[in-house]
Amino acid sequence: MQWEAVIGLELHAQLATRTKIFSGASTAYGAEANTQACAIDLGMPGMLPVLNERAVRFAVRLGLALGAEVAGRSVFARKNYFYPDLPKGYQISQYEIPVVGTGHLDIELEDGSRKRIGVTRAHLEEDAGKSLHEGFTGMSGIDLNRAGTPLLEIVSEPELRSAKEAVAYMKKMHSLVRYLGICDGNMQEGSFRCDANVSVRPVGQLEFGTRAELKNLNSFRFVERAINFEIERQIELIEDGGTVVQETRLFDPDRGETRSMRGKEEAHDYRYFPDPDLLPLEITPGFIEEVRAELPELPDAKRARFAGDYGLPDYDAGVLTSSRELADYFEAVASSCGDAKLAANWVMGEFSGALNKAGLDIADSPVDAEALAGLLRRIVDETISGKIAKEVFEAMWQGEGDADTVIADRGLEQVTDSSAIEAMVDEAIAANPQQLEQYRAGKTKLMGFFVGQVMKASGGKANPQQVNEILKQRLDG
Amino acid sequence: MSIDADEVAQIAHLARLAVNAEVSQAHAQNLSEILAFVERLGAVDTTGVEPLAHPLEMTQRLRPDEVCEDNQRERFQAIAPLTEDGHYLVPRVIE
Repeated sequence: MQWEAVIGLELHAQLATRTKIFSGASTAYGAEANTQACAIDLGMPGMLPVLNERAVRFAVRLGLALGAEVAGRSVFARKNYFYPDLPKGYQISQYEIPVVGTGHLDIELEDGSRKRIGVTRAHLEEDAGKSLHEGFTGMSGIDLNRAGTPLLEIVSEPELRSAKEAVAYMKKMHSLVRYLGICDGNMQEGSFRCDANVSVRPVGQLEFGTRAELKNLNSFRFVERAINFEIERQIELIEDGGTVVQETRLFDPDRGETRSMRGKEEAHDYRYFPDPDLLPLEITPGFIEEVRAELPELPDAKRARFAGDYGLPDYDAGVLTSSRELADYFEAVASSCGDAKLAANWVMGEFSGALNKAGLDIADSPVDAEALAGLLRRIVDETISGKIAKEVFEAMWQGEGDADTVIADRGLEQVTDSSAIEAMVDEAIAANPQQLEQYRAGKTKLMGFFVGQVMKASGGKANPQQVNEILKQRLDG
Repeated sequence: MSIDADEVAQIAHLARLAVNAEVSQAHAQNLSEILAFVERLGAVDTTGVEPLAHPLEMTQRLRPDEVCEDNQRERFQAIAPLTEDGHYLVPRVIE
């Protein structure tokens, strides 16, 4: 039987506010335990939550970017469960009326086609604290610094059909929240998290199968592996005559498998009800327009502009706009060196390669946009060849100074003096009479051999175009 | 609508309330009567009436995103039953 996977994602984006969603305690990452947990975050009796304006603003930004309806009136609800890192005994969330309604996100599939994925809703809620089970004899340690950090939970429609599609959607949303400046997207620090609902059904069947909810998917790679494992598990189970049970399963990255969290099911009875401590949230059309005016250029629009204005292939435009930082870097290089295609090739090639190799972010790159543009200008004005430029780039990366300094220090300036090149060409021909004979006998492929000899003799510095021209004259003459 | 003793036990468990079997039957009876009483509201025609999320006819005031809470960990932890290295300690919970 042919099976089809049905996947929906719940993404949690930690909003990049300075303070908690309902208190004025700092959200800075990495502080000493419980130094950023105030009376409200601790759930002390009598404390009242007051909503953070910026958290609302950020939610509206996402709503507008997803083409979603922003609710003029939304309601906060209590989600009740007991766990030590949730001191109040409930999480303040939104249930029946979320702040962001139905929207959509377009993703690109591997074959280059686009697919529109529906976003069911996005709602504001508070994060819980952290439980540490190691290091305290017989006890668990609780750090409530994270308690009350604003989250936006973004729920997709079950319209994803493979692990690859799920990852493409997640990456696109990850890029979007960073473009919007509402989330730093740091997955190691848990700023962007994913739960996946996965089920399978025979191709052609309309009803959904029973789904499992996968947790602990804190990297793109884990999401793909966990979903693929889960799809296989469910298909095998059904084909062996079993049935899938609705449950939460934890992904174990060491074993590459998902495991049932048995006994947690009763916890799903959250008994939501409107939080009497919070009044309905009203968002006026004026506020929405104010937020709309502050929206940056979004990835899809930027990509179209890069393809149009700079004449870049769509693929290149896609790569360069995959993050706002990379897009900004490229634009700075392109406008400063004056050759967008050259800039695109270098930013996607040498530059991205060096960043990856060093494990650095663009902000920490030893070669900034102006420095790279300075190098590319020397290719444009033919001071150096593209090949020598790679050597210069390497030296710049190692901190040997800007392009002109490296070129001067290492004597890499391209030889364009035609008499000097002619001399080298003559020498190369004289030194290889056998090859010359073969060439003249019709083996014209040997042109490459001679070019190589001359380039070698010049230490790679001879202008390749001139070398070609002069060689051709001499060999054919 | 009525609820039985098992449902009382379930709700009590979710709320971490100790309700023993002897009284849960009585609770089930009382709660069922309350529900039946409230159900009489169902007779009112509420067509076109928005669900009420809060009895006050007001909307949420928003707070500027500025840090206004200092670190008062020592004061909070002075009244906590157990702490260590700045952490609150609780009986071990393992997933």
